[in-house]
Amino acid sequence: MKRGRGAPTAVPKEPPPAPTGPGFTSLSRRERLALRLTLVLSGAAAWWLAYTNLEAFATWFTYHLLGMTAGTPLASAVAFLVYEAPKVLMLLALVVFGVGILRTFFTPERTRRLLAGKREVLGNVLASLLGVVTPFCSCSAVPLFIGFVSTGVPLGVTFSFLIAAPMINEVALVLLFGLFGWKVAALYMGTGLVIAMVSGWIVGRLKLERWVEDWVHQTSAGNGHAADEGPLTWSDRARLGRHAVKDIVGKVWPYVLVGIAVGAGIHSYVPENFMASIMGKGAWWSVPLAVVIGIPMYSNAAGIIPVVQALLSKGAALGTVLAFMMSVIGLSLPEMIILRKVLKVPLIVTFASVVGAGIVVVGYLFNAVL
Amino acid sequence: MRIEVLGTGCPKCKATMANAQKAVAELGIRAEVVKVEDLMEIVSRGVMMTPALVVEGQIKVVGRTPTVDEIKKWLL
Repeated sequence: MKRGRGAPTAVPKEPPPAPTGPGFTSLSRRERLALRLTLVLSGAAAWWLAYTNLEAFATWFTYHLLGMTAGTPLASAVAFLVYEAPKVLMLLALVVFGVGILRTFFTPERTRRLLAGKREVLGNVLASLLGVVTPFCSCSAVPLFIGFVSTGVPLGVTFSFLIAAPMINEVALVLLFGLFGWKVAALYMGTGLVIAMVSGWIVGRLKLERWVEDWVHQTSAGNGHAADEGPLTWSDRARLGRHAVKDIVGKVWPYVLVGIAVGAGIHSYVPENFMASIMGKGAWWSVPLAVVIGIPMYSNAAGIIPVVQALLSKGAALGTVLAFMMSVIGLSLPEMIILRKVLKVPLIVTFASVVGAGIVVVGYLFNAVL
Repeated sequence: MRIEVLGTGCPKCKATMANAQKAVAELGIRAEVVKVEDLMEIVSRGVMMTPALVVEGQIKVVGRTPTVDEIKKWLL
């Protein structure tokens, strides 16, 4: 391949800009730190003040400002919407910012180094945990897969990562926490991790390496030296965190609003126990059916939550609903089509079946114990 | 100067391409901006998360869209 160096640049090089703004240069290091800390703390205090007063605000807005009569379905729908929408968006912004900063410590290169050559069980556990904190986008599933497998990460361990990364994500956790409380969010995260660990381990045990496309093994992946950005400072990390908020919250907020609006409508207008006969604990077939319907479906976490909320509030069993949510977010037809570039069909089918079976087990387990 | 954008066509890759072209235009320098879409080529560079931006053979950023200002800094 041609690698022309090109002509030297026409513009003379300027000295690199000073690392701090003009207002900052007069301050000492310690003063700057104090200023920054004050900003962070007052921001956090303002956030907390607004967050804790949302419910009072929603009540005031609905019944005083709009003058609606308490007890009518419309008033309860409006109050629900005015409370939930800002609450979830505020939580989302906070957590995405935090996770954005956390992710600056975990690059795929570092994760791969940690996982290369690990024994199976330990590798599966580690890969699932790293799947939660390593930045991941299903559009780079293929380069990531090749990068992992060709540098000695076992196939099953790679799968643990590929299952955990999309299924357990910050948007899903925030929405579950905001709308259903920390117990449901923790259950989702815990069982999601277990499914990723066990399914990856099973895929590894089945010795399916021959169903990986041949060209993957012939590709010599580069050594994956991480980007040459130099050491990151805390203000770099904060900037990347803000980028993540802009990027993710900017993308999902319409889904969140529509979802909460739908939830508000169902909350107030659809009769209680409407879903109980179809998706309640009594209907044993509802868990596998929910998973079979959920696997090919694709939605981001923000899009699926309103459905989850609607189902739950109308009498569907928690296990059934969580199983549905996991199969929609964790497995999807588009991702499998992308993975088809590196995996042969029998491996994709095995992978989907093992994960699907794990989700079914979790669904039954919750329905039985809760 | 040679600037490469590594990516298979996701929205972020397109945004990176646009930012790189904008940075070159704003600086008024001579540089060719190329897109590398071949998966094997991307992987052999050691890139596991797209998009990535490569300036003169050096990987500058992986897995996110750099801003125009960031790219300008790397080009000077």
